[in-house]
Amino acid sequence: MAATLKDATAIVGIGQTPFAKRLPASEKELACRAILAALADAGIAPGEVDAFASYTMEETDEVEVAKAIGAGDVTFFSKVGYGGGGSCATVGHLAAAIATGQATVGVAWRSRKRGSGPRPWKNTAVQLPTPGQWTRPFGLLRPADEIGMLARRYMHEYGATRDHLFNVAMACRNRANENPAAMMYERPLTREMYMTSRMISDPLCLFDNCLETDGALACVVVSAERARDCRHKPVYVHSAAQGLPSQHHGMVNYWNDDPLSGPAWTAARHLWKQADFGPADVDVAQIYDAFTPLIPLSLEGYGFCGRGEGAAFTEGGALEIGGRLPINTGGGGLSEAYVHGFNLINEGVKQLRGTSTAQVPDAATCLVTAGEGVPTSAILLRA
Amino acid sequence: MTTAPGADELQLLLPVPDEDGAPFWEYAARGELRVQACTSCGRLRFPPRPCCPHCGSFESEWRLMSGRGRIWSYVLPHPPLLPAYAAQAPYNVILVELSDAPHIRLAGNLVASADAPLDSVDPSRLRIGAQVQVVFTETGGMTVPRWIPGKS
Ligand SMILES: [Zn+2]
Repeated sequence: MAATLKDATAIVGIGQTPFAKRLPASEKELACRAILAALADAGIAPGEVDAFASYTMEETDEVEVAKAIGAGDVTFFSKVGYGGGGSCATVGHLAAAIATGQATVGVAWRSRKRGSGPRPWKNTAVQLPTPGQWTRPFGLLRPADEIGMLARRYMHEYGATRDHLFNVAMACRNRANENPAAMMYERPLTREMYMTSRMISDPLCLFDNCLETDGALACVVVSAERARDCRHKPVYVHSAAQGLPSQHHGMVNYWNDDPLSGPAWTAARHLWKQADFGPADVDVAQIYDAFTPLIPLSLEGYGFCGRGEGAAFTEGGALEIGGRLPINTGGGGLSEAYVHGFNLINEGVKQLRGTSTAQVPDAATCLVTAGEGVPTSAILLRA
Repeated sequence: MTTAPGADELQLLLPVPDEDGAPFWEYAARGELRVQACTSCGRLRFPPRPCCPHCGSFESEWRLMSGRGRIWSYVLPHPPLLPAYAAQAPYNVILVELSDAPHIRLAGNLVASADAPLDSVDPSRLRIGAQVQVVFTETGGMTVPRWIPGKS
């Protein structure tokens, strides 16, 4: 049994469907298409798949997926909680299962019809018991409202401004403009568009929010040994972590002693402890961006700058290609597609293969993070 | 939405208390703002839960608060929103840190008076750090706390 996950496994296949506001196919069909594409990319037959990992708010379960794609006997399956916080944990769980011999070929996926389906926050009644009884009746209804509350406090405490949030939106949009698969391909954003756009939950405007998207993605994880025989250069899972901080309360982390220090801080401590390198050695990052304020908060949590310095970090083109830390090089949730962060995993793989549409020259290390605010997860990938 | 909202849809969401939270709402119905406290170590905790995260005790009482607080943060939600909220948007949601226990923060609304609409205070009056005072309003058979501007 391996004593560490470090580089014991690798992502060897990635697949995705088109991203659009509306796709005719069902979530199940989209999931199967993405998974089969990822297996074809890896050069591995569906019958070899013996492990599945997904995360909650996924409607297609492993039973349905396994029989549809023709998987073999499945000996490991895992579903991580807290929606977008689970994206990277799927890879972490597969890596752990494969490194410990519980399975040999693992598939993680996400399929969403968020563009054409109902908005989850509309189904508010079921959320009214704890903790919804403390927030929903007062009109704190949507994730944007919950994060907007933290964003306002962050701006107040550290002098962050809407210009800083614009820097984030702009970096993602610029990368999407280079990515033909992105929803916002060929749709540039200007500062004026940003500053005059309608408010969603003041201080957050339209462009501070991710895109409602239909689409699916998947990736394939195998042992490092097996990876050497696959079609593409292996992208090693160097480190993986989950994070549920002490006294955390979810997206409404208002009752914590320090509401501005979210799960990223907890995940980061474990992630770096297991790694051979640190934040300064990260060539490119894919940081969960359901909302722009999550980027400065995550930059602090993952140690790219000090507490309260995340907004200033975004200045001077730091997040752009050639900047201090290029982020979300496919366009991210803000401008490529919002599929609960799975596109960030696949984009990390593309960077380390050298095939991104916004390639960071010689990128050899990539941080990928899952939803901040909720119990989260992260992985460090290396070429 | 192409159809006009029905009466039900124009009702604001009501709290659905769970076993741990029920006393908060029962005290609110009496016009009291009370927070759960550990009877072993004395620490306050919110949201309420079965046992104390500091000492493990399952014994608790509900301690009366002064009802004074300060705005820790706030948002102004705009549509798309549930119909009852869209009808008053943009309204405010404030997070109040209690003067008696600043680490206890309650979500609520700053209103001109207890029964006034959620948008009854000019947004320009919202300030982080502003003093507020609790009031209670009855809606749909439940009593919920709201906040009015306090002495500054
Ligand atoms: Zn205690």
